Amino acid sequence: MAIDPEAQFHVLAVDDSLIDRKLIERLLKTSSYQVTTVDSGSKALELLGLREDQDVSSPSSPDKNEIEVNLVITDYCMPGMTGYDLLKKMKGSSSLKDIPVVIMSSENVPSRINRCLEGGAEEFFLKPIQLSDLIRLRPYMLKGKLKEQQPSQHQETNSAISSSSNNNSKSNKRKAMDEGLSPEKTRPRFSSSSLALVTYEETT
Amino acid sequence: MALHFSSAHPISALHPLLCFFLHDTYPEMEYASGLQRQLASMKKNLFDQGYLDEQFYQLEELQDESSPNFVEEVVTLFFRDSSRLVANIDQALQKYPQDFRRLDNFMHQLKGSASSIGAAKMKNECTSFREFCNKENREGCLRSFQKVKKEHAVLKQKLENYFQLLKQVGPVDKATHSGN
Repeated sequence: MAIDPEAQFHVLAVDDSLIDRKLIERLLKTSSYQVTTVDSGSKALELLGLREDQDVSSPSSPDKNEIEVNLVITDYCMPGMTGYDLLKKMKGSSSLKDIPVVIMSSENVPSRINRCLEGGAEEFFLKPIQLSDLIRLRPYMLKGKLKEQQPSQHQETNSAISSSSNNNSKSNKRKAMDEGLSPEKTRPRFSSSSLALVTYEETT
Repeated sequence: MALHFSSAHPISALHPLLCFFLHDTYPEMEYASGLQRQLASMKKNLFDQGYLDEQFYQLEELQDESSPNFVEEVVTLFFRDSSRLVANIDQALQKYPQDFRRLDNFMHQLKGSASSIGAAKMKNECTSFREFCNKENREGCLRSFQKVKKEHAVLKQKLENYFQLLKQVGPVDKATHSGN
């Protein structure tokens, strides 16, 4: 079943900084995503309707007091619940684990980046986020929609894009990985769930 | 901005600042475009002197008909937020013994916001401060913070001037920024 190319994707952005929330909202809207912003991980979970005692139920269930979200993008450094904590809580929830999570940080700490990717984050962006970064989000949201429509389908077998062929040379998150880690260690960037990457166009 | 031209030299109609100063001998259209050139020159200086970096262009890219005052809104938000943080840091620095973790936390926030709007000089001073913080060097922190405050004040003034002039001339063509 083809995905409507004009399909609206809904992104939940989590950041305790007011300026960064305003920025990410504008970035996402400019990229044609629907956006909801919250200032903490706990508010994000509330919005997502996380109830750890419940099993998977249909996302369109009218009983659930939650919104449908195709991707969560969260800051790492937040008081109380960090972006990593939020990631783990979502991955630990049967109803939320399939929502792709992207983490952003102003600090380039390779161990932190690795930890997040290994914890199930699809991507790790260095701030300030660029419009070109957001183009990378679409494949994750598309994958989510496809999964929804074909629940019994096998995992997509698109090839993982290795970091060496990643021509996003101006991206500072690339530099982040290069500076701190050896080539082998950059592979976790596309670990587990994030291997399915449909082709997308890079803007120059 | 110091402006200097010798009246002995022939006036070049292409010199942007000369046009501005001689606006009353030119028709109104020249005056308006003289203001535009002054605005472009002001903006170029902000970048050349390192007050702003490419992130500021990103903000401009995000401004359009649906969000026509985006840049000014973000900058206004930044100065409101950063003034609060500066006051917090000031207060925290008065305390004894020094809570360096708390200081670093405030400065991390300030640096993050500065970086988000492209405030390059401010961001660099914040980085210096955090280095002193990590070494628990109180003297260093105090000195560094004076610089942070200075850069904050200078940038605030410069951007206020910039937006004031921007209002007078209307939106500047995006293509006029250097590096395009």
